[in-house]
Amino acid sequence: MRRFLRPGHDPVRERLKRDLFQFNKTVEHGFPHQPSALGYSPFLRLMAIGTRSGAIKLYGAPGVEFMGLHEENNTVMQIHFIPDQCQLVTLLDDNSLHFWSLKQHGGASELREEHRFTLKGPPGSPPSATQVTAVLPHSSREVLYLGTESGSIFVVELPSFRVLEDRTISPEAVLQRIPEDNCSRRSCELVEALREHPKNPDQILIGYSRGLIVLWDLQNNKATHHFLGSQQLENLYWQRDGSKFISCHYDGSYTQWPVSSDNRQPEPLENTVPYGPFPCKAISKIYWQTTKNGLPYIIFQGGMPRASYGDRHSISVIHGSQQTAFDFTSRVIDFFIIFSSDPAAEFDDPSALVVLAEEELVVIDLKSAGWPAVHPPYLASLHCSAITCSHHVSNIPLKLWERIINAGSKQNIHYSSMPWPIDGGTNIAPDPPQRDLLLTGHEDGTVRFWDASGVCLHLLYKLSTVRVFLTDADPNDNMNTLGEDEWPPLRKVGTFDPYSDDPRLGIQKIFLCKYSGYLAVAGTAGQVLVMELNDEDAEHMVDHAEADLLQDQEGYRWKGHEKLKTRDGPVRFEAGFQPFVLVQCQPPAVVTSLALHSEWKLVAFGTSHGFGLFDHQQKRLVFVKCTLHPSDQLALEGPLSRVKSLKKSLRQSFRRIRRSRVSSRKRRGGGGNASEVQEANAKFDQDALQEMELAPVQRKIEARSAEDSFTGFVRTLYFADTFLRDSSRHCPSLWAGTNGGTVYAFCLRVPPAERRMDEPVRAEQAKEIQLMHRAPVVGILVLDGRSTPLPEPLEVAHDLSKSPDMQGSHQLLVVSEEQFKVFTLPKVSSKLKLKLTALEGCRVRKVTVANFGSCKTDDYSENDLAVLTNLGDIQIISLPFLKLQIRYPCIRKEDVSGIASCVFTKYGQGFYLISPSEFERFSLSTKWLVEPRCIVDMPEVTSNNHVHKKSGTENAARKS
Amino acid sequence: EFRRFSLERSKPGKFEEFYGLLQHVHKIPNVDVLVGYTDIHGDLLPINNDDNYHKAVSTANPLLRIFIQRKEDADYSAFGTDTMTRKKNVLSNVLRPDNHKKKPHIVISLPQDFRPVSSIIDVDILPETHRRVRLYKYGTDKPLGFYIRDGSSVRVTPHGLEKVPGIFISRLVPGGLAQSTGLLAVNDEVLEVNGIEVSGKSLDQVTDMMIANSRNLIITVRPANQRNNVVRNSRTSGSSGQSTESSLPSSTPNILGSLLQGEEESDEEDIIIEDSGEPQQIPKAAPTSESIESLSQIELLHESTQNGFLPSSEMNLHHSAGSISMEYEVPDPGCKSLEEEGTIITL
Repeated sequence: MRRFLRPGHDPVRERLKRDLFQFNKTVEHGFPHQPSALGYSPFLRLMAIGTRSGAIKLYGAPGVEFMGLHEENNTVMQIHFIPDQCQLVTLLDDNSLHFWSLKQHGGASELREEHRFTLKGPPGSPPSATQVTAVLPHSSREVLYLGTESGSIFVVELPSFRVLEDRTISPEAVLQRIPEDNCSRRSCELVEALREHPKNPDQILIGYSRGLIVLWDLQNNKATHHFLGSQQLENLYWQRDGSKFISCHYDGSYTQWPVSSDNRQPEPLENTVPYGPFPCKAISKIYWQTTKNGLPYIIFQGGMPRASYGDRHSISVIHGSQQTAFDFTSRVIDFFIIFSSDPAAEFDDPSALVVLAEEELVVIDLKSAGWPAVHPPYLASLHCSAITCSHHVSNIPLKLWERIINAGSKQNIHYSSMPWPIDGGTNIAPDPPQRDLLLTGHEDGTVRFWDASGVCLHLLYKLSTVRVFLTDADPNDNMNTLGEDEWPPLRKVGTFDPYSDDPRLGIQKIFLCKYSGYLAVAGTAGQVLVMELNDEDAEHMVDHAEADLLQDQEGYRWKGHEKLKTRDGPVRFEAGFQPFVLVQCQPPAVVTSLALHSEWKLVAFGTSHGFGLFDHQQKRLVFVKCTLHPSDQLALEGPLSRVKSLKKSLRQSFRRIRRSRVSSRKRRGGGGNASEVQEANAKFDQDALQEMELAPVQRKIEARSAEDSFTGFVRTLYFADTFLRDSSRHCPSLWAGTNGGTVYAFCLRVPPAERRMDEPVRAEQAKEIQLMHRAPVVGILVLDGRSTPLPEPLEVAHDLSKSPDMQGSHQLLVVSEEQFKVFTLPKVSSKLKLKLTALEGCRVRKVTVANFGSCKTDDYSENDLAVLTNLGDIQIISLPFLKLQIRYPCIRKEDVSGIASCVFTKYGQGFYLISPSEFERFSLSTKWLVEPRCIVDMPEVTSNNHVHKKSGTENAARKS
Repeated sequence: EFRRFSLERSKPGKFEEFYGLLQHVHKIPNVDVLVGYTDIHGDLLPINNDDNYHKAVSTANPLLRIFIQRKEDADYSAFGTDTMTRKKNVLSNVLRPDNHKKKPHIVISLPQDFRPVSSIIDVDILPETHRRVRLYKYGTDKPLGFYIRDGSSVRVTPHGLEKVPGIFISRLVPGGLAQSTGLLAVNDEVLEVNGIEVSGKSLDQVTDMMIANSRNLIITVRPANQRNNVVRNSRTSGSSGQSTESSLPSSTPNILGSLLQGEEESDEEDIIIEDSGEPQQIPKAAPTSESIESLSQIELLHESTQNGFLPSSEMNLHHSAGSISMEYEVPDPGCKSLEEEGTIITL
């Protein structure tokens, strides 16, 4: 008997659960939050990005990615690949060095941290003596040169990190060979750059911060040349043949220096301030790339005129008469050039410029005319405008998939056709099982369609709803179209643009029917747009309809934002999803729920005032229902009134503070002597402290009542063909659940297809259920006679689902934030319930039906509820018996935005935001797992350092 | 008016019959009256059920003086110990209640007019230092009225005394249910909510649990003031054998489990309005076979008798609550003030 009461005692079920459920965080999509360092291995053709939280991520060919995390969670300052090895070294801001390697394990490569090391000076030396500022992995792969703040260069052995003390290059040793009238000890403070001679591994170039540059001979342990720069040094770059090098400086200049074998004191060949003559900002990094035609590419970061363009984040490319300053919307972290890595090649022949900015990765094709950008297959900036909502659609039919890609490709014509240049490693993950779309709604009124099938989250198509509306910003007013002779020749690149013209444009709800290609999108100002996929550009009118959700409620005034103004006349839309009808909710409060039934051609929408049903075939409002409680003043007046009260309370508290200051000052004036004042102050502090102790954080325990605020807020809408009135006839129905625990059911009469345009759709309220615990209703679901959730509209018509069982009796599942309840239909009587909050103290935040397949047998699968709670736990609850199957901790409970952003897929996967720009992907299923699996082969290295790219050619062959 | 009639002492019959007889002899068939008698000590005592009626008849020596008052203008203060001797002329008091008009009295009526607001339960299974309080919330007329906060308490662990985080009552709202029971006080440590231990749970979690259970809240506290504890004798410690332990007895989860099940049953029911008609409570679907619920119901009965409850009396109470809720069936379907729960036990 007890067994029935307690879950988890049936061994057969326990075994089955192991075959069905498993929790994994599989991959992070998007752009790393707060990147801080960039590295590139031309040998492996892999790029590495370090972040301020100590993560390091490696990217190669699409699908090839690795992630590592430094235990210390400190900012990664520098990343250096060991030449011709699957190894890299990172420097953190706590001055620790970490040695990572890629090793094959179980058929796939893995990134592992192998050693760590912190440079220690002799006892009593200042910390600056060992503060690492420059790192040079030597091409011998045996040692690492570490330049420090004190000017000393330490040599450590790899991979053991043993300090070779006898090889330390001290400032004293450097100064021995330099005439004293030019330099002093201070010239050798802080090593800014260390560069190995490209042809002679025994020579390294040492650049000191104050401008002194020394060519050091490692064999003889002496300086062979020194170069006296007059400006503070930023960086150094060797030309390919080793005859010259470039130094760039704090004043925005760069200098070319010759390296000759004679002993003459070298004089600079050329000293240029590219954006002079007015004071310029520093050039922090420079490349000098040779080409066959003789004209070099000079590529540098910064150097903009300080006064007028000092705030720009730019990288300039100069090639003969062509010059462009690529202008980034966020700070440039670092950049590198992809060029010919074959040491036997005579020229650099740069092919691409890769720039890591704070908020995005931009790759510029240097081979094609006009230097177009390359569309990155990964590292997409999800947050180019802030994400406001997400919607996932599994298993997209091929036809729709192709049409979306087609629409997207027309938007991407300005991108370069160059294949992705960072193509190291091989993706060995199996092909994704199905085509999945992740749709993200953004603050600027756009919806982005992402290919979420595999490891690389890739932008397919971007939809903008802005065209329908009149906004303050004129779309033709492009700030970046500059004239021909504009100087500097700035060109805006990248997509990161966090500034929204109008917050009312923000997308709040998305609903896509994958079979019909109908899309409904709803926004912040009560706008609901219904769209259809069109493969061609078109110019047409958008029909307008208003839905007055307040109906007969009178005497209330909406104090929130106004509705968006619409454009009159026909609007030109590009190929893709084109809106054909706009339903405007009144008052224009944010749309809180949305449902689309493509078979019945109906769209339902809800706000904090009520909900409505619109027939988008006849373009007619079927009905509206006001859900407001008469006492809910807050909902009626809109969000502004709340802001006002907040403002008021802020003002009051400021006033209080001011008053207390005044009174204490008065007290001071009256008191006279200092000790008395101190005493008074101490007493004042003590009182304040006591008051704080007396009023700890406390929570009121009170039953929810009908008068609570926002009870009318419509949380969920659901269409179902079920038995609403009697058990003999089923009919279309619309269900709505509110924040106050009310469920409304409307019986719909949809005319048959042949008379669809002639007869109106009718609706009649059939039921109203008031949950006594009054918790917000977050999910409504009807189970058919076999206790299977009803299929999506058109799913049966496309032979993708069994038709629902209409013989047995249907059941209604109502999920509130606190409980799961199953009721019978058509007569509503409660059958089962599972209390979550009463027992565990957690509340339901997200709930979806997910299909779980067994990893052991192909023919078994079942539907369960996947639930995310406010504590960040994920629970799987069985259907129809509502038994808790398993629970996994997933998101930290403090991570409110992570929990709010979570979406589940229909096959037991999910996504949530771990930062504004990154989705974490997780899987609850043993069967559907999308995770990176890749191999990075060591290209064969011959003794004379000549690289024979075995795997590279293999890769190419495989790709072709 | 005075009447004199005879009753057979050996076969007094039921109170209902006697009440009918009184109405008959006074020819007041439709008037509600209060019935009282004077016992041998001269106290005026009420007759309102079989037991005190039989008692009254047995004390007749040989006459039994019965007093009848109209219910509307009854003077309840007339009942009680020493009433007959204290008040020299009780009779006149009773017959002329207008003498007392200047001092209105609280109407204390019959048991079925009462409803419980709180109770101390499971006294025999809990350690003496703990108290389990049940708060009955009806409608919205009175707030539960308390606040909780984080704090820390000292526990005896194998490693010695340890400070552990705990949840405490921080404030009682004047006039609230919690305050009016007198069973909860500021700084009482909350140990369990409806049988679930709160240790390891955050303040917000415990808040959500309490609100979710607010219709039938059972909280186990360690009162801050331990002086008011009932000192139990060996009987109770003998029955559980664990009353002196500072931690909860290990057997409680079982009992609590069934308690919860019981609470499931007595829990509120949702309301449905069909076709814009009358609001009704949603019935429980008839169990098709030997369902879990029926099992737990049997258990409830079993456990509650063990805990010293009288299931029948509790049922009575709930019936009375049910009768109150009937008043809330508002004929106007547009009216949204569907406040009431129906706590009908379907045993």
